[in-house]
Amino acid sequence: MARTTSIMLAGVGGQGTILASRVLAQLLLNEGYDVKMSEVHGMAQRGGSVTTHVRYGNEVDAPTIPPGQADFILVFETMEAARVAHYLKPGGTIVANMREISSLPILIAKEEYPDDIPERLLRRGIDVRWVDAYSIADKLGNIRVENVALLGAFSTVLPFSEAAWKTALTQIVPERHIELNMAAFDKGRQLGKK
Amino acid sequence: MKSLMTGNEAIARGAWEAGVRFATAYPGTPSTEILENIAGYDEIRSQWSVNEKTALETALGGSIAGVRTLCAMKHVGLNVAADPLFSSAYMGVNAGLVIVTADDPGCHSSQNEQDNRNYAKAAKLPLIEPSNSQEAHDYIKVAFELSEAYQTPVLFRITTRLAHGKSTVAIGERVDVEPREYVRDVSRFVLMPAQARACHVALEDRLVKLEDYACSTQLNRVEWGSRKLGIICSGVAYHYVHEVFGDDASYLKLGMSYPFPKQMVRDFAAEVDRLVVVEELDPLIEEAVRAIGIEVEGKSLLPRAGELDSSIVARAFGKADDEIPVPEKVTARPPMFCAGCPHRGVFYELGKLPVVVTGDIGCYTLGSLPPFAASDTCICMGASISAGIGFQTAFSIIDPDNSRRAIAVIGDSTFYHSGMTGLLDAVYNGVGLITVILDNRITAMTGHQENPGSGYTLSGQTALEAKPEEIAKAFGIERVSTVDPYDLDQVKKALKDSLADPRPSVIVSRAPCALLKREAVRKSPYYVDQDACRKCKVCLKVACPALYVEDGMVRIDVAACVGCGICAQACRFGTIKQIEKAGEN
Repeated sequence: MARTTSIMLAGVGGQGTILASRVLAQLLLNEGYDVKMSEVHGMAQRGGSVTTHVRYGNEVDAPTIPPGQADFILVFETMEAARVAHYLKPGGTIVANMREISSLPILIAKEEYPDDIPERLLRRGIDVRWVDAYSIADKLGNIRVENVALLGAFSTVLPFSEAAWKTALTQIVPERHIELNMAAFDKGRQLGKK
Repeated sequence: MKSLMTGNEAIARGAWEAGVRFATAYPGTPSTEILENIAGYDEIRSQWSVNEKTALETALGGSIAGVRTLCAMKHVGLNVAADPLFSSAYMGVNAGLVIVTADDPGCHSSQNEQDNRNYAKAAKLPLIEPSNSQEAHDYIKVAFELSEAYQTPVLFRITTRLAHGKSTVAIGERVDVEPREYVRDVSRFVLMPAQARACHVALEDRLVKLEDYACSTQLNRVEWGSRKLGIICSGVAYHYVHEVFGDDASYLKLGMSYPFPKQMVRDFAAEVDRLVVVEELDPLIEEAVRAIGIEVEGKSLLPRAGELDSSIVARAFGKADDEIPVPEKVTARPPMFCAGCPHRGVFYELGKLPVVVTGDIGCYTLGSLPPFAASDTCICMGASISAGIGFQTAFSIIDPDNSRRAIAVIGDSTFYHSGMTGLLDAVYNGVGLITVILDNRITAMTGHQENPGSGYTLSGQTALEAKPEEIAKAFGIERVSTVDPYDLDQVKKALKDSLADPRPSVIVSRAPCALLKREAVRKSPYYVDQDACRKCKVCLKVACPALYVEDGMVRIDVAACVGCGICAQACRFGTIKQIEKAGEN
């Protein structure tokens, strides 16, 4: 049986992880793979942690990725990288956004935002590729495209062509926003190649 | 090319293809999107019902009257609809009736993880369980055929993974089904004792015939691999176990597990060396296998609680010897009230009072968490008011002269769903419960569904707006007030007045959900006057995602702030101020 590849996307509700997963899933469908995509929404709009599991191959069985079995993880927020790191398989790759969003215990000053996340991940033996997608989006004048900038950086670790990614983007992103999203994707991809 | 569809989208599409003409539901995660998608098909009349009981009764009426009807709800919704569910099995149907129950193993967004396959057995209804979106699409069509062929409602059980998981689906075309003639038949549609006794006998006969069907239907299939291990499974569990074993096991995959296909199971068991049932939650299949005298393993290996995954299955069979990776300890990220949420101010004030607050189901269940720590209970839909009556009554038994007060807090949609009956109970029994109705003009928790107070129907038509104040007054409640939850003085005063009144009272807190674009008003954001700020951080007690601390100073994220002003009212020194918009003043 052909191997199934597992990709997890993790972030905070409202960061656009779902749109990014939809672009990824569309790309995989276009490439002729069987795809399963699993997300749980319910409280996501209210600022909680959110994850999406995307699996592809010739024939995908399980919809979810168990701990220790993700080939790739794309993380939208610094602290969330630590929260999902145990899902990565040995030798897997994490691309993570350098972006700190405080959670409730931090917002009410009961706890402080941890400053040692990269070190802790290194101690686990995970070499995270940190990128600053927020700055890209900010420079483009719309922080909402942070997700697509991040996807651009992530696109460099997967074996698909730039054209394939852009086709999928065009299929998923509403037409009136496509130009800005393409720009964000390009900048992200350049960053990912470095 | 096949398209990616969630299970919910696939059910909606399949129902449309099956010639469904009518669909009812009350929203509830993970079932909500079934009706939202059905609403997009012009050939289907669809509606949000006020609760699951009215949804199912309406659907049953539609089916008896002659059109194919679908009814959808989350697993706990079927508890609410259990009464008509049991009657519907006795009565049977006319045109096809399929009841979708969306279970939530893992309690992703529910108060329990009950296994609604139990309802099929208890109510004596055929049970169909798909494993992926394609099967959801295909099986819903089979379910309607089955329903009409055997004149029975069909219970169609999905789980969160299937409802919200996307997988590939090849779709088909709609078949227009002619309405079936309604013929008056008191022998089955009027369940008086004499009729019910006869209906029960007929129902038992039907179950025998349905078991024959279950043994021959394509929904139940054997996939032969190694015969050293035989697995019986249903639903998403099939994919977990198939991922682990592939061809190293044989599978009896049950798409229809009730009535239990005994002969099929006997035949399968006879061919394999070791027989194991892999099922999420309760050991229903396992017990059914054991009941026909076949030795089987199941819950001795696998957990009864929580969702399965391929790793849990692999470990249960000793197929994984690596250690389970340990998660990093990271600061929690619980959900919280959005910036500008109208619930914030109410819970900020309630948290300061020496009362018991009975809570309910909705975004505002978060009012039980710090820093508000205001509400004490969350039981089930509508229970805030009825449990509040219990608290208030018990307090008056314990200390008749100076009893502690109970305040029930309930959202608009939940109030209409099943809070109204409790409120009438409070009036009837003269219990001095204070009920706060958080009317944010929409069913917010499940993603903004219309409700009887929102002014619109599922299909976007305007509707008469129910008024909670008028309902309370009609019930006989004399102290009924309406407050703007962004004005904390108003909230405080209303609570104080109600607390001073021993009679039952109602406070309606009305402001649209901050995310409800058609009604919510975004005002100029606030900022902290850093020179004047005394850094007491009292403002953080409103737990707003727009407020944060940087270098010891509280700051406000102007992009997130919607200008609700709750933090400014919490500040005792007047140092949180609104940015004056250009052109104003």
